[in-house]
Amino acid sequence: MLEKLTVSEALDKLHKKEVSSRELTEAALARISAVDQEVKAFMTVIGDQALAEAATLDARRLNGETVGPLAGIPMALKDNMCTKGIRTTCSSKILHNFIPPYDATVTTLLKNAGAVLLGKTNLDEFAMGSSTENSAYFTTRNPWDTRCVPGGSSGGSAAAVIADEAFFALGSDTGGSIRQPAAFCGVVGMKPTYGRVSRYGLIAFASSLDQIGPFTKDVRDCALVLNSIAAHDPGDSTSANVETPDYTSFLNGNVKGMKIGVPREYFAEGIESEVKDAVRKALDVLVSLGAEAEEISLPHTDYGIPVYYLIAPAEASSNLARYDGVQYGFRAEADNLLDMYKKTRSQGFGTEVKRRIMLGTYALSSGYYDAYYLKALKVRTLIKQDFDQAFEKYDVILTPTAPTVAFQAGTVENLLTMYLNDICTIPANLAGLPAVSIPCGFAGKLPVGLQLIGKPFDEGTILRAAYAYEQNSGIERKKPGLGKGGAA
Amino acid sequence: MSKYETVIGLEVHVELATNTKIFCSCPTEFGKDPNTHVCPVCLGFPGSLPVLNKSAVEFAIRAALALNCEIPSFAKFDRKNYFYPDLPKAYQISQFDLPMAVNGYLDIEVEGQTKRIGITRVHLEEDAGKLIHADFGDYSLTDYNRTGVPLIEIVSEPDMRSADEAKAYLEKLKSIIQYTGVSDVKMEEGSLRCDANVSIMPAGSTEFGTRSEIKNMNSFRAVHRGIEYEVERQAGVLESGGKVVQETRRWDENKGITYSMRSKEEAHDYRYFPDPDLVPVIVDRDWVHEIKAGLPEMPDARRQRYVTEMGLPEYDAAVITASKAMADFFEAVAADYHDVKAVSNWLMGDISGFLNAEGKEIQDTKLTPAHLVELLKLQNNGTISGKIAKTVFEEMFTTGKLPGEIVKEKGLVQISDEGAIAAIVDQVIAGNPQSVEDYRNGKEKAIGFLVGQVMKLSKGKANPGLANKLLKEKLQ
Repeated sequence: MLEKLTVSEALDKLHKKEVSSRELTEAALARISAVDQEVKAFMTVIGDQALAEAATLDARRLNGETVGPLAGIPMALKDNMCTKGIRTTCSSKILHNFIPPYDATVTTLLKNAGAVLLGKTNLDEFAMGSSTENSAYFTTRNPWDTRCVPGGSSGGSAAAVIADEAFFALGSDTGGSIRQPAAFCGVVGMKPTYGRVSRYGLIAFASSLDQIGPFTKDVRDCALVLNSIAAHDPGDSTSANVETPDYTSFLNGNVKGMKIGVPREYFAEGIESEVKDAVRKALDVLVSLGAEAEEISLPHTDYGIPVYYLIAPAEASSNLARYDGVQYGFRAEADNLLDMYKKTRSQGFGTEVKRRIMLGTYALSSGYYDAYYLKALKVRTLIKQDFDQAFEKYDVILTPTAPTVAFQAGTVENLLTMYLNDICTIPANLAGLPAVSIPCGFAGKLPVGLQLIGKPFDEGTILRAAYAYEQNSGIERKKPGLGKGGAA
Repeated sequence: MSKYETVIGLEVHVELATNTKIFCSCPTEFGKDPNTHVCPVCLGFPGSLPVLNKSAVEFAIRAALALNCEIPSFAKFDRKNYFYPDLPKAYQISQFDLPMAVNGYLDIEVEGQTKRIGITRVHLEEDAGKLIHADFGDYSLTDYNRTGVPLIEIVSEPDMRSADEAKAYLEKLKSIIQYTGVSDVKMEEGSLRCDANVSIMPAGSTEFGTRSEIKNMNSFRAVHRGIEYEVERQAGVLESGGKVVQETRRWDENKGITYSMRSKEEAHDYRYFPDPDLVPVIVDRDWVHEIKAGLPEMPDARRQRYVTEMGLPEYDAAVITASKAMADFFEAVAADYHDVKAVSNWLMGDISGFLNAEGKEIQDTKLTPAHLVELLKLQNNGTISGKIAKTVFEEMFTTGKLPGEIVKEKGLVQISDEGAIAAIVDQVIAGNPQSVEDYRNGKEKAIGFLVGQVMKLSKGKANPGLANKLLKEKLQ
C-alpha cells in the first residue's frame, strides 16, 4: 500500500528510514503492472532504470550524503518533456522514434531534486485536446470510471497520480491541459505563472501559452514539487528572473480577510449545475474560514475561446513546421522533396493536429493576419486587463475548473463542444496567470474541480487558499476502485 | 542619353564575426567538418529554445551606426516561415517590422561626383545551413554548421541609377563594415551576399517600373554584370511591347544571364509573426553611445585626413583607405618613413599586384610595415636600386625575410663605386658599336639601351644614375 502515500508522507518515511526509495519504486511499478492495462496512463515505463536510480539514492541516503528535497520519490513526466536517452513521442506518430539527446530543464531539476523517473505519460498528440483521445497511440481512461476520459491533454499524468501509479507527475498546460484533467481525475493540478517554470525541453505547442506544472495528490505535495521546478532558466528567454519562495510556507490554513472574486461569467449557461453547486459549496467553506467573497465581472471572458483558437494554432503552425522528415522522426518515402514534406506531414500528424496547423497557417496568412492573429492579440490584452482590474481589489479569483465532469470516451462528436471544455481555464493562459485546480467533491462518482486563479507570480496565495479549503472541505478522501474489473 | 532610367536597390547580407552563434553557444568558425558546430538549439530539435547573443546585437548596432542609422529603443524578432532542408526549424528567426536600425546612408563617388545612398534598415537574423547536392546519388546532404550564424541584412533605398553606382555602393559598404570589424566581409566565403532589386522607367519619369529581384550574384563583378544584363533585358521586354513582371530571377554566372526562379504569384507567404520564444530587445541609450564612441575612424574621414594632413593625392587616399588593413599598414609605414607618396606607390603598385595575384588581403601575408620601411630606406639611401628593390620585395613577400637580410644574402648591394662601374661601361661601349654610333648621331634614346646593358652585366647592382652619367661622359 506504499503507492497510496502522498509525497510528503513518503518523504517523512524516507527520512525516518521506515521505507526505502527502492520499496517505493517497486510499489509504484507493481501498481503500474496491476492497473495500467486498465488506465493506460503510460506511453513508456522505464522500470529497471527507475529501480537502479532508487537504489543509488538509497545508498547515498544511507551513506549520510546530502540528497535532494524529493530524493527517492517515484514520479512520471508527460511525454512532451524531453528525457535524455528516453523516447519522447508527444503521443504523435511523427516522433514515434525520437530519443532526445538532452533533458528538459524540468527533467534536470527533478533529477537534481532526487525524484525517480518511472516513465512517460500519454497525452493528446502535441498536447492538442481535452481527453487524450487525440493520442496517436491510445486513449487513457479515467480511473474513477474507465468508460470516461481522464481529460487532457495531460490525461496520462492526471490518471497516473489518482491511480497511485506515480507519487506525482508533471503536465503542461496551454489552455487547461493540467487543470481540466486534474478536475476530471480528482487530483491537484497547477499551472504556474507564465515564466515561472522553464519551458526548455518542453516540446512546444503554443510558446506564449505553454507552462509546465505538477499533478499531486494534495496541496502540500503541489507546493513541494513546485519548490523543485520553479526556477529562473537562462536557457529560456521567457523564464522570469524572480525570486522563488518556499511554497510550503503558505500552507497555514489562514484565509481570514482574503478577498475572493467570483466572476459571474464562469457560472453561466453551459456550466453543469452539479459543478456549480460543488464550487459554490467550496466557496462557502472558504467564507466560513474568514475569506470575503464577492461576485465580479470579467467582461471579455466569452472571447477566450475564439482568441485562444487563433493564437494557439498560429504559434503551433510554426512550432510544428520542424517535423518535416528531414532530421529526425517519421519520414514518408517519396520521389522528391515537396512530396516527402507533404506525405510525411499528412501521414505523421493526426487529424486534430493537422486541423490546428491549417487554422494557424490561415490566421497568419498575408491578408488575414490583421483580421485574425493581430485582432486576437489585442483581445488577449483586453482579457488580461479584466484580470488586472480584478486583482486590484481581489486576492484570488474562484471559478469551476471545467464546465462538466469527465465525459465518456468517444461521445463528444462536436468539435466546439470539445473546445468548450477549456472555457474556464483558457483565460488564465491568455493572461499568463497562475491557477490551480483542486478537488471539491463529486457529481455522481466523478470528481469536480475548483479553480483558483492568482496574481502573476503569486502562486503562494492560491496555494494558501487551496490548502485552507482542502483541510476544511469535509470531503472524504477516497480513491477510485481500480483492479476490480474496471467500470462498474 | 538613354531612353530609360535604371532604379536599383540592394539587399546585402553580412555575416557577423561573433565567436558564437546568434541563439546558442556553438562556434561560428568557417570551414570545419560538416555538422560539428551544432547543438539542439541550432538544429531546431523539439523543445529547444533560442537565447539572444548580446554580442550579435552589439555588432549589428556597431555596423548600423557606421552606416549613419538611427537605433530605435525597441526591437523585436519575428519568425519567417518556409520549408527548406537547410532551415531546421522551418522558420528563420529574423526581424520584420521593428528592426535593430533604420534611416541610414552612405556616400559613394561615381565619375567624380559624391552621391548619398539611403539605407532603409539594418536587421538581425540567423543564417541557414548549407545543402550539398553532389553526384553521389539521388539525395542531398545537409551541413548545419552555418545555421544560426548571425547575419545583418542591410536594405538600401532604391537610390542607385546604374550598375556602376551599385558596385560603388557595395565597395563602400564592404569598406565601412570592414572598418567596424564586425565581419570579414568576404564575398567568396559568403560572409557578404547581395541581392539586387532592379527596375527601369522612362527617362525623366518619377514612377518606378516593375522590379525584379536578382539573386545568386557571388562577386562584385557578378553584381555589376547581373544588373547590366537585367537592365538590358527589361528594356528589351518594353521595346518589344511587353511588360516587365514582378519576379525573382537567378543570375547564371557562366551563361551571363538571369532567368526566372519564381513569379509574384509563386512568391512565398512567409507568415511573419513575433517569435514568442524571444523577448523584445530594449536598447539602452548609454550602450548605444558607448558603441558609437568605440567606432574607429571611418574610411571617408580617413581619406580626408590623408589628403589634408599627409598631402597624399586624392586618388591614392581613396584607394588606400578602401581597405582598413591597407590603410592601417600605410599609416604604420608612414610613421617611420618620410615620403608618403613612395609608400602609397608601393601599396598601390607591387603590393596590390601580389595581393590580387594570390587573392589575399594584406593582413594575411608575411609582409609587415617594418619590411616596407626597411626596403624604402635601403632604396632611399642608395644601398639598392629601384630594380633590385622589386627583386627584394618579391623575396620578402614570399619568405617574410627582412630586406636587409635578403640584400646581404644575395649580394644585392648597389655598386656605386665609379671605378667599378666605369669598367663595365667600357665593356658595354666596346660590345655595342651600333648603339654607340646611334647615340653619337643624336639618337638620345640609345643611351637607355646602353644603361640597360650596364645593369645587365652588373646583375642589376650598378647604380643606374652613375651608369648613365659615366656613359654620357665617355661618349662625348
